[in-house]
Amino acid sequence: MAKKRIVTATVNGREEEFLCQPRQTLLEVLRNTLGLTGAKEGCSNGNCGACSVVIDGKAVNTCMVLAVEAEGANIETIEGLAPVDGLDPLQEAFLENAALQCGICTPGFIMSAKAFLDENPNPTEEEIRFSMAGNLCRCTGYDKIVRAIQQAAETRCAQSASCEKETV
Amino acid sequence: MPRLFIPPLLKPYCKGAAEAVVEGTTVREAVESLDEMYPGVKERLCPEGTLRAGLAVTVDQNVTPRGLSEKVTPESEIHFLPAIGGG
Amino acid sequence: MATIDETRTAEGSEETPKYKVIGTRPIRHDGSDKVTGRALYGADIKVKGMIFGAVLRSPHAHANIKSIDTSKAEAFPGVRAVVTSADLPEPGDKIAELGEGAVVLNHLSSNNLARTKVLYKGHAVAAVAADNLHIAQEAASLIEVEYEVLPPVMNVLKAMEDDAPVLNPDVRTEEASTGETGDKPSNIAKHIVFEKGDLEKGFADAKYVVEREFRTSTVHQGYIEPHVATVLWNNDGQITVWTPTQGTFSVRSQMAELLHVPLARVKVVPAEIGGGFGGKISVYLAPAAAVLSRKAGVPVQIVMDRADVLQATGPTPGSFIRIKMGVDADGRLTAAEAWMAYEAGGYPGSPIGAGAMCVFSCYDIPNGRVEGYDVCVNKPRTNAYRAPGATNAAFATETVVDELCEQMGMSPLEFRLLNASKEGTRRIDGVTYPRIGLVETLEAIKNSEHYNTPLTGENQGRGIGSGFWFNAGLKSAVTATVNSDGSVGLLEGSTDIGGSRTAIAMQFAEAIGLAAEDIKPAVVDTDSVGYTDVTGGSRVTYATGWAAYEAAQDLKRQIVSRAAELWEVDPDLVSYEDGSVIGPDKSMTFKEIAIELSLGGEPLVGRGVSNHNEPGGAFGTHLVDVEVDPDTGKVDILRYTAAQDCGTAIHPAYVEGQIQGGAVQGIGWGLNEEYWYDEAGSMRNANFLDYRIPTCYDLPMIDPIIVEVPNPGHPYGVRGVGEVPIVPPPAALEAAIYDAVGVRMYELPMSPPRVLHELLKKES
Repeated sequence: MAKKRIVTATVNGREEEFLCQPRQTLLEVLRNTLGLTGAKEGCSNGNCGACSVVIDGKAVNTCMVLAVEAEGANIETIEGLAPVDGLDPLQEAFLENAALQCGICTPGFIMSAKAFLDENPNPTEEEIRFSMAGNLCRCTGYDKIVRAIQQAAETRCAQSASCEKETV
Repeated sequence: MPRLFIPPLLKPYCKGAAEAVVEGTTVREAVESLDEMYPGVKERLCPEGTLRAGLAVTVDQNVTPRGLSEKVTPESEIHFLPAIGGG
Repeated sequence: MATIDETRTAEGSEETPKYKVIGTRPIRHDGSDKVTGRALYGADIKVKGMIFGAVLRSPHAHANIKSIDTSKAEAFPGVRAVVTSADLPEPGDKIAELGEGAVVLNHLSSNNLARTKVLYKGHAVAAVAADNLHIAQEAASLIEVEYEVLPPVMNVLKAMEDDAPVLNPDVRTEEASTGETGDKPSNIAKHIVFEKGDLEKGFADAKYVVEREFRTSTVHQGYIEPHVATVLWNNDGQITVWTPTQGTFSVRSQMAELLHVPLARVKVVPAEIGGGFGGKISVYLAPAAAVLSRKAGVPVQIVMDRADVLQATGPTPGSFIRIKMGVDADGRLTAAEAWMAYEAGGYPGSPIGAGAMCVFSCYDIPNGRVEGYDVCVNKPRTNAYRAPGATNAAFATETVVDELCEQMGMSPLEFRLLNASKEGTRRIDGVTYPRIGLVETLEAIKNSEHYNTPLTGENQGRGIGSGFWFNAGLKSAVTATVNSDGSVGLLEGSTDIGGSRTAIAMQFAEAIGLAAEDIKPAVVDTDSVGYTDVTGGSRVTYATGWAAYEAAQDLKRQIVSRAAELWEVDPDLVSYEDGSVIGPDKSMTFKEIAIELSLGGEPLVGRGVSNHNEPGGAFGTHLVDVEVDPDTGKVDILRYTAAQDCGTAIHPAYVEGQIQGGAVQGIGWGLNEEYWYDEAGSMRNANFLDYRIPTCYDLPMIDPIIVEVPNPGHPYGVRGVGEVPIVPPPAALEAAIYDAVGVRMYELPMSPPRVLHELLKKES
């Protein structure tokens, strides 16, 4: 068995140091070593998006990343999203739009949507559907998820002066 | 008098009848009444006195959870259908 | 937190809402935990001292097991236990009632750990528990199994042939309802027949007759959370199972039967469940985890990967269906005949019974015959999937109806309105309908903006389809505990897959006169609440909702009697109305009296149970517009509207969600999803890239129309919602494809290669 390595990364704003084997995925380490079970294992091969977190600003399937590759990375997980005194606009929008049924895909969807909206604050429905196609949901038929992301985009725009509304 | 619908595969045991007017206030009594008309049919539907595995009793419009103990009225219809499960 | 939509009445409507809580859209009680990643699903459960299991699975679709040598695995460093079927008790020939119908224990036990034969690729053969998953997986690969490989039987019609290799030597064809069995082992496990009227006369009366054959592929429920079980076999013999399941009490019964232990020694603790759709009722991992735990002396967790889920857990059957229907000159159905063979998988038990009862369920047909077969093939044992058996059947029937309409030159919607089942219609299986709402769903579609907006583009087409599901009642129990601040805890045994905690709490709140937010629902383990049947059959909102309603009635009776005592008046002069207890000269709200009573006397605890059986069948009608790419055969959905009778929508947002989600599963079944097998019986697409469920980019918005024809068999008129919406989509899509490009599709899925094939055939 290969020797364990020490990896240092920023996780939800705090510097974390963890030991891992070279064969361990980042998902396994997040869930089993760091106790961050919000990222879910749905397929283990990058097809369902349930394990999505944001790494250096990009949505990433952590089942496809080795933990040793996370050295120096800035990792944001669902556990770090909400402010202490409430919820993130995406979380609020998912609740208010009933955009979850069983909820297993929800953390992955929210983190993917966060990375997407950070890059494209004012997306069209087509852009949302294209960009979220790597996250699978089997319960909702996506309708309410797409609406929730639309609502969250509006809320984020209203909260941030930097978001310019495109003229129709 | 309750109407008991005879499952098609059971018709050969009932001289080809598709249904029978039976007596009784429960499904069990209705089956016994059918068995008096067509001896041996009870053993087919309810071996050893319990409903055959995989079968369910419908009285009027609804599958009954009470099986052979379900009450029937003179206006009732009794059906024996496959037990089904949902998703 | 804000609610989604404060009122139930339509905009501008003067009508007073009938209910205060029902029909509103409160934020679900478990919502915050589920959007913050705090909710604990099956694989999130960590039990002190737990180790990890891996399962060795058969590489062959059909083989005899000659021998299993586990010695190398046992000797591997870090391995704590190894088990095979020899570690499970001999099941004998018992047939047990285990939650969703009768189960042959030998089959269930062998499906968990194969005994003498493997019947599909992925069939569990042995299991290992070790200090970590990687060790367990390495050790499992060291187990040596000697197989005698047999020819696989992958097709339902081939499996029915006389000389087909037989999967189960103990299975003989049973004639349903007589119990007669065949004289030799067979892959045909069951034969069902329904008859009504005079079939020959019915077809003689017909002016138009269409007869067609249909094939549908094996598809999977496709829940995103793989199966997981964590089990501790404690030193005192008590067994605790932590698992995401549709039925904790069903898991308890299965464990007790399979392990030969008393029921009371098994406790099942529900984890949050990441989807089920019927596929999380049977046990697959818990029995092996239990015997591993007994050997290792510590808790054992086993998690499936996606390939295991697809290859070894309950898909829904592939099928062959032949349908013949006749219509008279006035467009009325005169006769219908169906011949249906459903694949059961390795062991008997396909939903052929339900399929045979659903096949003509949407139509009033005077003469009919339905014949059905349950057939074993070398695929995983099928399990329930949303309206099990009905989607295959509706695809066939509705397509024949569409062809009849074409021949007659009649609008498919008008044809359905003319022939639709309604109250009093007798199905071919003999049962008549109570008050149902099929006609209302057809009218809702007819009046929709979608239906009244013509299609204009090239290669575009529109299709319609209807579907039915029975719904179920069964047993539920609820305990309501009143807190000293006037809030209420609601303990329930129905595991919550899609927001049912809230739908149940809302019915309680309505009955007692509180707000949904005053109720704190909790899904608890099998030691902590009364027996409750599975979350399935679209029964939970109906049946557990009813139990909650009864718990509220129980509390009201107690409050009236206690208030009378408190006020020193005759109980007959005290009543409970609209959330308050009212005496001759005093009244108190629920909260006020709860606080008052908490100061003295015994605690207030309400009890509610239900076992009602008038769930009121439900119908849906879907309308879809598609555009077919003539060069590739790819079908794009342009617009989709789904109307469904749900009796009364308790939480409309989650009712819409059920309709949308079910419709999209039906769309996947119709257009994409299928198990691809090679000649050796090996599934070649056992991952989510190649077994492609719909993504959000494949779909438009799904417009739901909630139709409310209250069910007279429920205090609030509830009908189940979840199952029906999967039924119409393949049929509606088939009709739309034909309307678009003029080819009929008789096989599911209607994937690009198949559509292209038909297009090229038509051109030449």
